[in-house]
Amino acid sequence: MGLLSKKDAKLITDPLTDNNPITIQVLGICSALAITAELKASIVMSVSVLFVLGLGNVVISLMRNIIPSKIRIIVQLIVVATLVIIVDLVLKAFAYELSKTLSVFVGLIITNCIIMGRFEAFALGNGPWKSFLDGVGNSLGYAVILIIVGFFRELLGSGTLLGIQVLGDPIEKTGLYAFGYENNGFMLLSPMALIVVGLIIWVQRSRNQALIEEN
Amino acid sequence: MSLKSNLHNLKEKYKGTKMAPAFNAIHTFLYLPNEVTHNGTHIKAADDLKRTMNIVIMALIPCLLFGMFNAGYQHYAAIDAAKGITTEFSVLGSFITWDNFWIGIIKVLPLVVVSYGVGLLVEFIFAVIKGHEVEEGYLVTGMLVPLIVPIDTPLWMLSVAVVFGVVIGKEVFGGTGMNILNPALTIRAFLFFAYPTWMSGDKVWVYDAVNRVGTADAISGETILGSYAQNQEIVYSNWDIFFGFIPGSVGETSTFLILLGAAFLIFTKIGSWRIILSTFIGAAVMGIIFNQIVALDIITDSSKFYGLMNTNWWQHLMIGGLAFGAVFMATDPVTGSQTNKGKWIYGFLIGFISIMIRVFNPAYPEGVFLAILLMNVFAPTIDHYVVQGNVKKRLKRLKAKTA
Repeated sequence: MGLLSKKDAKLITDPLTDNNPITIQVLGICSALAITAELKASIVMSVSVLFVLGLGNVVISLMRNIIPSKIRIIVQLIVVATLVIIVDLVLKAFAYELSKTLSVFVGLIITNCIIMGRFEAFALGNGPWKSFLDGVGNSLGYAVILIIVGFFRELLGSGTLLGIQVLGDPIEKTGLYAFGYENNGFMLLSPMALIVVGLIIWVQRSRNQALIEEN
Repeated sequence: MSLKSNLHNLKEKYKGTKMAPAFNAIHTFLYLPNEVTHNGTHIKAADDLKRTMNIVIMALIPCLLFGMFNAGYQHYAAIDAAKGITTEFSVLGSFITWDNFWIGIIKVLPLVVVSYGVGLLVEFIFAVIKGHEVEEGYLVTGMLVPLIVPIDTPLWMLSVAVVFGVVIGKEVFGGTGMNILNPALTIRAFLFFAYPTWMSGDKVWVYDAVNRVGTADAISGETILGSYAQNQEIVYSNWDIFFGFIPGSVGETSTFLILLGAAFLIFTKIGSWRIILSTFIGAAVMGIIFNQIVALDIITDSSKFYGLMNTNWWQHLMIGGLAFGAVFMATDPVTGSQTNKGKWIYGFLIGFISIMIRVFNPAYPEGVFLAILLMNVFAPTIDHYVVQGNVKKRLKRLKAKTA
């Protein structure tokens, strides 16, 4: 690790595994359930959150000494809202179809608990470089889960990946469909996203027993 | 050496290893185990979990056999209907025949084998990983599943659903006795949401109808609920419906045999008569309400709800899976209510909601499994309030006494 010190590197690697915002802290679930029916939407959502959280963390961190603590939530909201509107407008300008699929959920990045959570828990108490790394790490952790869920939901639900038919054509009955395979419509419904996230949590916690909460 | 002592020796040999539960399961399934408990006082009773399960399976056997004959009967009846031949119906002449039974063997038996094979494999894997004994919970589920799916369900679909149902419906909650949802119905619900085209319509209920779509030999068999939902006349007499000579899921068509099974379950005290009775009452009440709505001309025959609302309330009790659900699904002691008062409420609401879903969801006119799953979720809540109500009543009595 030439570029990053060990401590800094941990800021990025921790949220990917043992402190994952979705599977461990169980934050940002709504968007993970809502937009993961397609892999493409998951990726775009991940990139959007990466942009908003990475930049937002830096901005908040730079302002952390001048924000009066009584109105810090409002200031944080303004920062997120600004960044989200930028993302929204960029998407509308360059990927209109996709922005329609994501519909309200881009706007709802504002309410994504991961973002406010990181502002409160990290950016308000740390320098800009560290906050940037933390933002990138957490949004990558978010992205990993979104992409895994999106991958399985699109593959099993529609038989496609990024819109490309990888299992054959369901109407022409080629590929797997020639043997009687059919797409699993349940995968496209939100409850299945919850179950897939649950399965990821299950696998993760049985591999690392230390993550299991006492009750 | 007998098989029993062979199994016992195997058990001793593998004691402490990972595979031990698998051998123990076979041993205790067939024989009384050699080990006895040593300390304390124990109540000795014949009705352990395995015997309980076996009694339910015995109650289901008539439905399964009937389903096997009915599979063939519906197949040939549909072919005759497509050719325009009308045949006189007689039980021995056209129902209990080898031709019909043969179709049952090639279509229904594989469903049973796959359901048990896949389900028990999952149970064995979990028992080996978690190091506990194999639990008997799947014995009944494995029998229920083939009876509540359409005859033409592809076997791989059934396997996927069984794996999902056993893992998500049961094992994640801690295995047999810990599940909040009925595993058989979880499997049915999975199939319904995942592969809706195979679970509804007028093709899937008759063997071979799906393959013949678009050919000159096309056949179809709409269920009675399906016909009513589309405001069509039905061609079956009430006695046909009661005895089950109608298209439907494999083993749920014969209300008569289901009631025989119910009598057997109630006689052996395995099934709760309160739940069975109150489910039928709930369904009848909802049916009567709908009949009254039609009688008062609030809904006329131009409405898409008319067909099923106009169905006589007593007919509602015989068609669809209501009887099967009431007798074999709702009475599941794990997922149902435990208190006597709770059982009345639980059963009543199952029947009530079943008919409501049936009428208001014409796209898929069967609500029994959804109603039971919904009430499975509410069963602990119902029990909680029944118990709390009792506590309050007794507190009041105590106060009155001491005051």
